[in-house]
Amino acid sequence: MPVPQRMGPVKPKQGSNVPSHLTKIPTVKLTKKKDEDDGTEMADGTDEWTQGKTLIKPPDQLDLSEAELKEEFTRILTANNPHAPHNIVRYSFKERSYKPISNVDQLAVHLVLDGNLLHQDSDEACRQRARQGLEKGNMPVESTVAEMDNERPDTPVFGEGVAEEFGAEERPDSAESKSTRREQKLTNQFNFSERASQTLNNPLRQRECQTEPPPRANFSATANQWEIYDAYVEELQKQERNKEKHKAQSMKKEEEKSRKKTAVVETQSDDITNVGRAAKIMERMVNQNAFDDIAQDFKYFEDASDEFREQEGTLLPLWRFQYDKAKRLTVTALCWNPKYKDLFAVGLGSYDFSKQGHGMLIFYSLKNSTFPEYIYPTLSGILCLDIHSSLSYLVAVGFYDGSVAVYNLKEEDDEATYRSTAKSGKHTDPVWQVKWQKDDMDNNHCFFSVSSDGRVASWTLVKNELLFTDITKLSVGGATVERSEEARHLTMACGTSFDFHKKIDYLFLVGTEEGKIHKCSKAYSSQFLETYDAHNMAVEAVRWNPFHPKVFISCSSDWTVKIWDHTVRSPMFTFDLNCAVGDVVWSPYSSAVFAAVTIDGKVHVFDLTVNKYEPICQQLVAAKKTKLTHIEFNPVHPIIIVGDDHGFVTSLKLSPNLRKKPKEKKGQELPKGPEVEVAKMEKLLNLLREPDNS
Amino acid sequence: MAETAESKKEEADYKRVHSFPLIRHTDMPEEMRVETMELCVTACEKFATNNESAAKMIKESMDKKFGSSWHVVIGEGFGFEITHEVKNLLYMFFGGSLAVCVWKCS
Repeated sequence: MPVPQRMGPVKPKQGSNVPSHLTKIPTVKLTKKKDEDDGTEMADGTDEWTQGKTLIKPPDQLDLSEAELKEEFTRILTANNPHAPHNIVRYSFKERSYKPISNVDQLAVHLVLDGNLLHQDSDEACRQRARQGLEKGNMPVESTVAEMDNERPDTPVFGEGVAEEFGAEERPDSAESKSTRREQKLTNQFNFSERASQTLNNPLRQRECQTEPPPRANFSATANQWEIYDAYVEELQKQERNKEKHKAQSMKKEEEKSRKKTAVVETQSDDITNVGRAAKIMERMVNQNAFDDIAQDFKYFEDASDEFREQEGTLLPLWRFQYDKAKRLTVTALCWNPKYKDLFAVGLGSYDFSKQGHGMLIFYSLKNSTFPEYIYPTLSGILCLDIHSSLSYLVAVGFYDGSVAVYNLKEEDDEATYRSTAKSGKHTDPVWQVKWQKDDMDNNHCFFSVSSDGRVASWTLVKNELLFTDITKLSVGGATVERSEEARHLTMACGTSFDFHKKIDYLFLVGTEEGKIHKCSKAYSSQFLETYDAHNMAVEAVRWNPFHPKVFISCSSDWTVKIWDHTVRSPMFTFDLNCAVGDVVWSPYSSAVFAAVTIDGKVHVFDLTVNKYEPICQQLVAAKKTKLTHIEFNPVHPIIIVGDDHGFVTSLKLSPNLRKKPKEKKGQELPKGPEVEVAKMEKLLNLLREPDNS
Repeated sequence: MAETAESKKEEADYKRVHSFPLIRHTDMPEEMRVETMELCVTACEKFATNNESAAKMIKESMDKKFGSSWHVVIGEGFGFEITHEVKNLLYMFFGGSLAVCVWKCS
């Protein structure tokens, strides 16, 4: 076979080993090699081809003579191991001499590998099979298969020749091998260790439960013909009665039913109401304990230092009432409840024209100063309120948006019972004052309201509605003159306050924004009985004296408080308080005592029998920059409540000097009652009048 | 003659008039009560002559609808004293002379 040998420099050693079949020994061995390759393919053309080549001599080639070059060397090849010794002698003990071995082993071992195949008949194989033989017993299927195989004539002969056990074993082997291979891992006999591990099994726990069986009850009855008959008859009678009732009072029944249903639903769902009463009592007790000192003061404290102060008195601050949601609102109205002397109403809103928001009607009790008893939120700010004198659960309220409403404290919900709307004649401007009147002839409640739109209207509560009638229209020029409607409208004055006479029912006073006070009568709608040029600025409050029938008091933002006799056109007394006066109120126990609040936070209490020109008490009640807006005397207790523009109501106790009753002279029974008060006032007035008259 | 005729008329009348289902005693909730009452009326009208079948029908329907196990007695003259599961009793009259008592007690 031509071995491609593209070697450049041919080594001289190879020259000696040139195979014998090469006859030609040319000088150029390179080309010779090529000839070798080509010789087999193209024998004819070799001579010509070699002659065409140039001769190249390698530099270290042996230089041999021609004779030497033509020498032939003979080589004989044998299969003998060249490394094996030619003659080996072994010592023979039998003949006691060295004897040559006839055959010298010529075997040369180049590579030895030990295999791990065992002949199946060998001992080791038997032992292994014995070890695996335990599983053979569990293979009945395979044995049947083996039996079948045995029966087959195609089985090779050698299987039959061997002992039956082996034959039986072989079949199962070949048949089993496939199946057992699945089960038995081929394990490494020498280097194999089995490892196993078990994860933690959670311990088992038993749980049992038994539900309560549904409750049972006993029931017994008799089913007879007469029982059945009786039941039917009764049912029919009931139905007839129901039909009659339905025809008579269909509407009311439905209402009641729906109300009952809602009430029932509420009581069913709200369990806290059961605790409500107890909780309320608890709350009051807690408050009493917390404010114990105030309660003690309220009841018992009398300022002893008043004995030393001749004519002055002080106001002792007691509770302070505030409500979170009312913080940003101004107290715009205060009213004591005529029936429950510790309950008072506070109306909250805003006097600021630009900042009008919602309002609130809140009722506080002196027994609980931390939280109101009743809270009614309203859409518009409240400006005034009045509690009915006999039905103390009816509250009339006037709003900034011009409507009036009546709240019924007995009802559960937060809405007004009656409300005036634009259709039903609400005022177009804020309502500044409302006052209840005596029931009219039909026994309907009614109240009056005065507003900046110049109307004094009377509202009557008829069934579900509020009916209104205009009583008076206030106008600038006094009596209304027949003019065109436009002109009349322009000249409307704005009423800011009014008050009804205690005794003379039809007589009332109206204070206006222009500073005038008109004396009006319910009977005359177009004309005023009298007009007083009272103040230079708007009249904030006008009040009749509770005792003297002729005297009334008025206050205004022009810093003055004036006392009038309604028969006289000029004021009896004028007091300058150095600050705009928010409210003035007569005291219920003396006809000559009144109190006023100013927007610098001071309360001024005057007693005309003691000092006709100056207040006997002037006290700063509120914090800095708090304007006091309203004041009210408690009809029974010697306390006053003062409202300010931060939504707080402060209660103050009057010191003894402020509520002086005239001193009893020894041995003389002093007549008590309103006559005394009237007499007091008369005396005062007379002092003034006499100089006038003279 | 007239009297007997009249009395017969009256009887017929009252049977007609008194044939509406009248619940005598029950403590079932509203829905359940209405359903049960209607079922009883249906059953009694269907098996007017055979109280047993009517009772069977009522009992099986009640078992399916409201769970086992219900007991039903229909008749014209009987007295009873039973223990029943609370809120699962209905005792009513129907058809002028039938009384039906249905209760659950497992």
